[in-house]
Amino acid sequence: MTGAARLRAADLAVGQVCEAVVVESLSRTQIVMYAGASGDFNPIHHDEEFATRAAGYPSVFAHGMLSMGLTGRLLTDWLGDGVLREFGVRFVRQVWPGDTLTAKGTVTSIGPDGRVAIELVTTNQRGEPVVAGDAVAVLPA
Amino acid sequence: MAEFEFPVERTAILDFAAALGETNPIYWDEARARTTPLGGVIAPPTFAVTSAHWNPSHAFRGVRRIPAPAPGGADEAQGERAGRARGEGGPANLSRVLHGEQRFVYHQAIRPGMRLRVAMKPGRSWEKEGKRGGKLRMSETISEYRDEQGQLVVTAISVGIVTEKAVES
Repeated sequence: MTGAARLRAADLAVGQVCEAVVVESLSRTQIVMYAGASGDFNPIHHDEEFATRAAGYPSVFAHGMLSMGLTGRLLTDWLGDGVLREFGVRFVRQVWPGDTLTAKGTVTSIGPDGRVAIELVTTNQRGEPVVAGDAVAVLPA
Repeated sequence: MAEFEFPVERTAILDFAAALGETNPIYWDEARARTTPLGGVIAPPTFAVTSAHWNPSHAFRGVRRIPAPAPGGADEAQGERAGRARGEGGPANLSRVLHGEQRFVYHQAIRPGMRLRVAMKPGRSWEKEGKRGGKLRMSETISEYRDEQGQLVVTAISVGIVTEKAVES
């Protein structure tokens, strides 16, 4: 967070874990906010009739990029602002209205130049992974 | 593929941060952000996707009837077709398009006031047999975001998946 002391590479250790709930009982309203903010108006994410009748899904579901964005909050709240060099995910499972997501990052390597590699997994309230990925940050030495 | 302008606005960053439930003032509090090493407001790590608003070829763009600032030619026609298909209610092809993977490589922070140019090009494409959605066709799109000096700001690599049937979670 802004104003907090900046995290340094020396503050981290390989295997160290950071975990946080990044959304509690995801609302359809938040999905719609995300559609508006991101510009992705695929009706599968906001039009219940389209999602169920035309597309055959049980309900609307969140944009993959919303799950990624929520996962990104763990990274920036933990590692700091403007330190990411790379952030990548695979969308493993859909996220539905009412889901509570917990993002978890594990430090996999720390370079002498302050380059920190993180493995990421975000799970729903049933413990199922919805997003899996990795990130690289460069922290002050 | 598409090449277009993407002006970065503070309100767009605020909207995007709010949609993510952000509590970090670096995304909106200019006075406070100025006192940090970043020296001002920046955008959240996945903000580059909001270029969809300006991408004339984006199939799900909400403002498709507003002429794009840079004529998209064939890309614009493709977006129009997608919009018409959607309006007719239930185009199976569009409901089968899923986002498989996304990666960002960051070269510099995205800041309000930047006038970015986005150049999209196709990457690899391949097929695989999926457990939940039948046969899957995957294709990569690589988007380079550059500032007015032509310097890279963000590289985004997206993998789209077209599935045969609805994916059961």
